[in-house]
Amino acid sequence: MEAGTLGPGQERTMGERFAHALNRFSEAPYVVKAGIGIFLLDLVLVLADRRPDSVGEWVLLLAIFAATVAAMVPLERRPAATAAVVLANVVAILILYHGLHEVSQRGINGLSLGAIYALGAVGLTLVYGILKLVNFAHGDFLTFGAYMAYLVNVTWELPLVFGLAFAVLTTALLGIGLEKVMWGPMRGRGAGMLQLLLMAIGLAFVIRYGIQFVWGTELRQLNVNRTDTVNFLDLRVGRTQLIVIIVGFVTLIATGLMLRMTLLGKRMRALSDDLDLAETSGIDTSRVILYTWLFAAGLAGLAGVFAGAITQLQPELGFELLLPIFAAVVLGGIGNAFGALTAGIVLGVVIEWSTLIVAPGLKLAVGFVILIIVLIIRPEGIFGHARTV
Amino acid sequence: MNEIAPGARLLQTEGLIAGYVPEVDILSGVSVSVNEGEIVTIVGPNGAGKSTLIKTIFGLLRPRAGRIVFRSEDIAGRKPHDITRLGLSYVPQLDNVFPSLTVEENLEMGSLDRSRTAEQRQRMYELFPRLGERRGQAAGTMSGGERQMVAMAKALMPDPEVLLLDEPSAGLAPAFVDAIFEKTQEVNQAGVTIVMVEQNARRALTMSDRGYVLDLGRDRFEGPGKQLLEDPKVAELYLGGTARIDRAEAAPE
Repeated sequence: MEAGTLGPGQERTMGERFAHALNRFSEAPYVVKAGIGIFLLDLVLVLADRRPDSVGEWVLLLAIFAATVAAMVPLERRPAATAAVVLANVVAILILYHGLHEVSQRGINGLSLGAIYALGAVGLTLVYGILKLVNFAHGDFLTFGAYMAYLVNVTWELPLVFGLAFAVLTTALLGIGLEKVMWGPMRGRGAGMLQLLLMAIGLAFVIRYGIQFVWGTELRQLNVNRTDTVNFLDLRVGRTQLIVIIVGFVTLIATGLMLRMTLLGKRMRALSDDLDLAETSGIDTSRVILYTWLFAAGLAGLAGVFAGAITQLQPELGFELLLPIFAAVVLGGIGNAFGALTAGIVLGVVIEWSTLIVAPGLKLAVGFVILIIVLIIRPEGIFGHARTV
Repeated sequence: MNEIAPGARLLQTEGLIAGYVPEVDILSGVSVSVNEGEIVTIVGPNGAGKSTLIKTIFGLLRPRAGRIVFRSEDIAGRKPHDITRLGLSYVPQLDNVFPSLTVEENLEMGSLDRSRTAEQRQRMYELFPRLGERRGQAAGTMSGGERQMVAMAKALMPDPEVLLLDEPSAGLAPAFVDAIFEKTQEVNQAGVTIVMVEQNARRALTMSDRGYVLDLGRDRFEGPGKQLLEDPKVAELYLGGTARIDRAEAAPE
């Protein structure tokens, strides 16, 4: 008798039926899977929003659905392109319901958040890729940077530019110092991933409560312009926010170019690929590791100042940002700097778009629903490569 | 063809003892020597310590006792990136390319002298034309044979005196095995001394000047490649299968 067929009198439990259906589904042609997936996505979007109220809207929705599925079929083996198409599908439906203006406005708001996520994620992913260290204290590097800027900008009453420079510098030094006194010696003694992880969690608390000890828990504000706005193309963006977006993107582009073009950047990526091979290839890995900390912590400090500038300072500022930053790291393929960069920006924008549909307080949850769904479909992340053996 | 090269002694280990876990020695006293310009192959059953020997020479493993002498300098305990600067290069068996880096970037990672990177890379593209055609491709997306070529070219970038190869033909399609052995000989003729560990023992010994048979962490036999191949004891003990020397010795003659 063929395996899996049922004799008379036997009945499948619900679980077996579900597993069976899932199996059948995973064997279905790609176009069917893509079709069902996009259908469910669009259904959720429509149900969460409102039913189309004219025949025209129905037709447009169907057209968007069909176009998305058609566009996905030739991209079966290209996850990044597929993700872009799925994103375009969501944007198209949001524009259909809320108009181009509203979608662009929220998108712009999302860019500043996305820049902060991306700046945090690049460093976190490189540190993980190279040292296999899940740096739970990375979020607190952001907080540290924000308070360093506060010290210069508010306590010493100097312009924020100096605060920003000071924050980047001190956070970078913090990163290097910790590598020298903590991470380096621990690795030398053969500490495993779990020990390092626990130490990182402990370090996160030390930094957070250290900051709380000095500055207390009250909300503090950097001395930035919170009222001026810049208008263009009928869109409105806060002056500070615009500066965050511009400086953030310039830094991200410079980071991308650094990783792509310079010898140090290539070496960082090489270490992230394979630390042992880098060492046997003649690369002085401990030096590159120091630069990686300098770079990762410096960018985290910058991101922290940005987050402080567009919101408020409190000791958990960075910790609250850490989860979406982790999400960007995972979506981008752990250890992949370019992936983290892109995923950070996209996540920021998508989270902001989700406020068109759900209450703003729930927007972070939306980010994690995306993360979970992507991981179910593609465990190695959108930009990750499954390693060939 | 396989006359012993008259070159001076270049690399030598004396009574090398090493292992990964405390108190478990994988190498329990290995003494091998390599002369300038030779191809030396190290063969032996699985678990004999062949790869461990190469890793210890290259500083990936700290020897517990014994010396590793390169050009009359004891290099035991030095870090791999230092050893590279002395003129040794190493190609690991697995994970020997940076998968997310392009071929071009992989080669650059092998270079030790920035000012010569471009020139050396050009030489590698001449030696491995296939890599030249694919210089922009991420190494992780290439076939096993192509990756082995990238790995070898990367190791040759600093113009080493000695190239250590760990199972260069493992897991490759037959066509690539030929290509890799051919390239190895070509590189050797260009003046690079080759030390390799190979499972494909017959093939490797045929093209080697000398060979060593390693078993249970000791060097058991040494001799010109052809001679080892013809030695009935070596053939019976190793080339035929994975029989261990102690087991064979215990058996009645």
